Amino acid sequence: MPRPRKRTEIFALGNEAVVEGALLAGCSFFGGYPITPSSEIMEIMAARLPRLEGGVFMQMEDEIASMGAVIGASLSGRKAMTATSGPGFSLMQENLGYAVMAETPMVLVNVMRGGPSTGLPTSPAQGDVQQARWGTHGDHPIIVLSASNVQECLDMTITAFNMAEKYRTPVILLLDEVTSHTREKIEIPNEGEYEVFSRTVPSMPPEWYKPYEETVRGVPPMPPLGSGYRFHVTGLTHDRNGFPTQRPEEVVELMERIHRKIDQFFYDIQIVEEIMTEDCDVCVIAYGSVARSAELAVQQARSHGVKAGLLKLMTLFPYPRRQTEKILAHAKTLVVPEMNMGQMSREVKRVNMGHAAVRTINRVDGQIVTPSEIFKVIMQG
Amino acid sequence: MSNITGNEIIHQYLRHNKKFPHVLCAGCGHGIVLGTLIRSIHSLGIPKDDVVVVAGIGCSGRLAVYVDFNTVHTTHGRALSFATGIKMSNSHLHVIALMGDGDALSIGGNHLIHAARRNIGVTAMILNNSIYGMTGGQSSPATPEGSTTMTNPYGQLDHSFDIVELARGAGANYVARGTVFHVNQLEKIMVEALERPGFSLVEAVTPCHTQFGRKNKYKTPVDMYKWLKSTAIPLERYNELPEDKRAGRMPIGVFVDRGRPGYEERYYAMQENFLKQAAKGAGR
Repeated sequence: MPRPRKRTEIFALGNEAVVEGALLAGCSFFGGYPITPSSEIMEIMAARLPRLEGGVFMQMEDEIASMGAVIGASLSGRKAMTATSGPGFSLMQENLGYAVMAETPMVLVNVMRGGPSTGLPTSPAQGDVQQARWGTHGDHPIIVLSASNVQECLDMTITAFNMAEKYRTPVILLLDEVTSHTREKIEIPNEGEYEVFSRTVPSMPPEWYKPYEETVRGVPPMPPLGSGYRFHVTGLTHDRNGFPTQRPEEVVELMERIHRKIDQFFYDIQIVEEIMTEDCDVCVIAYGSVARSAELAVQQARSHGVKAGLLKLMTLFPYPRRQTEKILAHAKTLVVPEMNMGQMSREVKRVNMGHAAVRTINRVDGQIVTPSEIFKVIMQG
Repeated sequence: MSNITGNEIIHQYLRHNKKFPHVLCAGCGHGIVLGTLIRSIHSLGIPKDDVVVVAGIGCSGRLAVYVDFNTVHTTHGRALSFATGIKMSNSHLHVIALMGDGDALSIGGNHLIHAARRNIGVTAMILNNSIYGMTGGQSSPATPEGSTTMTNPYGQLDHSFDIVELARGAGANYVARGTVFHVNQLEKIMVEALERPGFSLVEAVTPCHTQFGRKNKYKTPVDMYKWLKSTAIPLERYNELPEDKRAGRMPIGVFVDRGRPGYEERYYAMQENFLKQAAKGAGR
């Protein structure tokens, strides 16, 4: 048996790790518009992609165009991504909805910054959680992931691409400024050590192909433009052939399928890390950089004899309901610290339905949530 | 080929499995533009699989549904950004962006000037009917000054955009204007636009009697086509006219033909260099 190759270790910024992850996942198109604190992702892509065979980097005229170009690239068969922050994310929402409707795989990284509006550029915040869920118009499913350290930035970017391809949907990776601007040692996995999933392409002859046909997984195969499968792509509600329709039965079929293809795979999609949650009385539910503060606070509480645990959310939407309910069987208190006025605690309260006390810790002053703040609340029980 | 009629050519390119009839009003010029596009693609012998028609929103946006190419019906004003991603991803495709005047000049104005500046290898076709047709007849950036629409019942105060001058200024490689009354010329322009590298823009002036003509003394389609006939004048003849005779006339023809390489050509040449260098480095 050959000895496993030693992994490359690099000292990287969170934003840099996102690029590494994207390239490992097979990303070959980046279209973006600079905005802090996400700009390094774009800058590193600008240096890397043109040197890779077939890699395309484009600085577009604005965020709207960036999303358009990324969707165009994805329809042409590429794994494509963009990165942005707060105000840019708002501009991308219309075309994000298009990507949902036209079932176009893509990855959108949003490094959150303080808001509303221009807000607190380059200050940490987690104010775009509900925007990620409901920012575009209409009822739609969406996958939103997050990362709390630099290694996770790499890993979750690969996961984001895999989910986008697997479920033919845009995937949002929500980071906060602390994670994306932290520099840490990370390991770059060797080829074969991680899964790379690419979209299913049709195997039937072109004249049989229906671009939005029902399949077992609810995800139709997707050929690249120009490959002989000529079909119509639209943001309008469409029938199985991709043509616009307003017939109620066809509208309902489409809407149900795009929801079902995400909802039925929550075992695959909902990723969490459970730290000392088996017996906890007090459970902290956190994500992003706040989860790091929370982990330390939980350890401190344990050393003081309090049964504390941490449910670290790496998937924010669809909300990991199953994992939360498991903890509700024994936890008396849930603590939800976040850098916003309570966007994820809404979800927690929804799932909790009065089982446990929910305590929130909210910071919107552009400062990080410290371990001692969380520790104090845990100790109050 | 000579005994094949125009209709027979067009039938080869229509989607017979699509739920016809189409959405266009009787007398609308959009069908003529689509026919021109199909005949020019046919005469160049471009395979259907190599054509991507990217359309915006509105009456012109719906044209993509009917033709048997790779077709993408995008968000309002964003056709050129989608087209840019498609062209850069697969540069051998003929990417054609169909846009209306409101679509391309108002909400899509920024994308238009930057696609022209970048000289991306896309053929853009602006179907200029001076109005937002499908939305119900509101004024567009191409609505002539003084005319009446749903959103300026007291007459349009804004100046009308000159699409040709805008595209020329922004750096488009090929810019031409034709009308649906002058079909043969429009087809000739379209063929040239498809052949040119870089960003080509064709303004096709097409009448909307339903939303525009009705409120502006052109009650029937015939009135609108007569208006096109009397207003349009070949560019060469227009240039010979004395200043005072030019008012109210619309020059048609080829305005810009620069022959510069497209963005994708320059990008992939740069990439080739990198890859060569890397191969040399690896060889040592």
